[in-house]
Amino acid sequence: MEKIFLAIGRIVLPLLVIGGLSGCSNFEPWVKPYERDKLADPIMALDGDPVSTSYLQHVYESREGARGGEGAAGGGCGCN
Amino acid sequence: MLMAFGTAHSGVLPEDRTDILYHLYDGGGVEIDGPSILVRKQVGKSLSVVGNYYVDMVSSASIDVITTASPYTEEREQWSLGIDYLRGNTTMRVGYTSSEESDYDAATYNFSVSQDMFGDLTTLTLSYALGDDIVRKSGDDTFEKNLDKQIYGIGLTQILTKNLIATLNFETMTDEGYLNNPYRTVRYFDASDLLGRGYGYEEELYPNTRTSNALGMRARYFLPYRAAVEGEYRYFIDTWDIESHTAALTYIHPWKDFTFTGKFRYHDQTGAHFYSDLFPRSQATNFRGRDKELSPLTSYTFKLKAAYTFLNENQSWGFLKKGSVTASIDMLHIDFHDFSDLTALAPIGDEPLYKLDADVFQIFFSFWY
Repeated sequence: MEKIFLAIGRIVLPLLVIGGLSGCSNFEPWVKPYERDKLADPIMALDGDPVSTSYLQHVYESREGARGGEGAAGGGCGCN
Repeated sequence: MLMAFGTAHSGVLPEDRTDILYHLYDGGGVEIDGPSILVRKQVGKSLSVVGNYYVDMVSSASIDVITTASPYTEEREQWSLGIDYLRGNTTMRVGYTSSEESDYDAATYNFSVSQDMFGDLTTLTLSYALGDDIVRKSGDDTFEKNLDKQIYGIGLTQILTKNLIATLNFETMTDEGYLNNPYRTVRYFDASDLLGRGYGYEEELYPNTRTSNALGMRARYFLPYRAAVEGEYRYFIDTWDIESHTAALTYIHPWKDFTFTGKFRYHDQTGAHFYSDLFPRSQATNFRGRDKELSPLTSYTFKLKAAYTFLNENQSWGFLKKGSVTASIDMLHIDFHDFSDLTALAPIGDEPLYKLDADVFQIFFSFWY
């Protein structure tokens, strides 16, 4: 449990600082909210099928030596 | 299973949806199938709860099994539960995954925080996962080993133009404990082999630690007509000397109520430093392995997917807003560069290299409400 709390601390503190800084600025986005209609199209969803993506990620982790870089995975082996 | 809980995009909670999926992997003498059911529902204004139930039913007569053991069947069952909490531009997620099979139990706890910044053009995500696994061996009740895993991740999603969105993810993973596969063996040269093969088998012996780093990037572009193209790349390196490059190109094309997707994926990796197809003698090195997944290999996948939306927001059924059915096939081919096919029964040293062909089928129904 100590490991979990340490990790949470390492994650939350930097985000509070970054979040605070971004909140203070009067940043003008170069792509305005009303210009994001194409990005909102379902064909632009980066993970439109989460249950399928998660399954295929497991298949590749079982058949190849590399892993990660797409999000954290958990679970057993199923790879014999 | 952070991926199962949706790509990080804070400021808005993920959509309420249910997916019911059937998956089938068929190749190399191995058949794995089963369901996966994901349910996500918002509770109040700030919370979203997600659950996933997943089963692998394995029937294996793979090349590893038929050359050194007997075909077997087994089942793996996995449960996941996650909660997203949205506050302003910050989304916090906690999740727990439990996976059980007859000889392997895994528990994974994960936590992540996402922050929307700069007029919602940028989303920064920091994540941590802790895995606590127990490895057992069928037929040996006294065999029980631990494996601890930790994964630190940082991810950035960036809107670049009106048509282009990109992500960058970095993960560092550490494994500590029993990393062997308790059933697999290595092959070593043995001129006195009584079976006349010229080689014998002995247990694998892996290092007890492994640290991996993976850097992944993706970019998706909305084409001048209504279609999208996506490119992705991942670089991976670990302390076992496995280094890999993975790249993929995807094209998505909607037509009426259908959406068609085609994808090509390429993966190339070097082998682990303790991997050998044939060791010169018994106990030749401190660490030794002959897992084909840790050998140098190149894999190619060609994917075809079709989705049909049978229910949209103009014709909703009661509380259901949208419904779709999706079918896909991923055709996987792996060329192993240093893993011999011993089923060919060729003289030692003349065995052909093993090649794997597998088809991965999926069909799933999705409902939004």
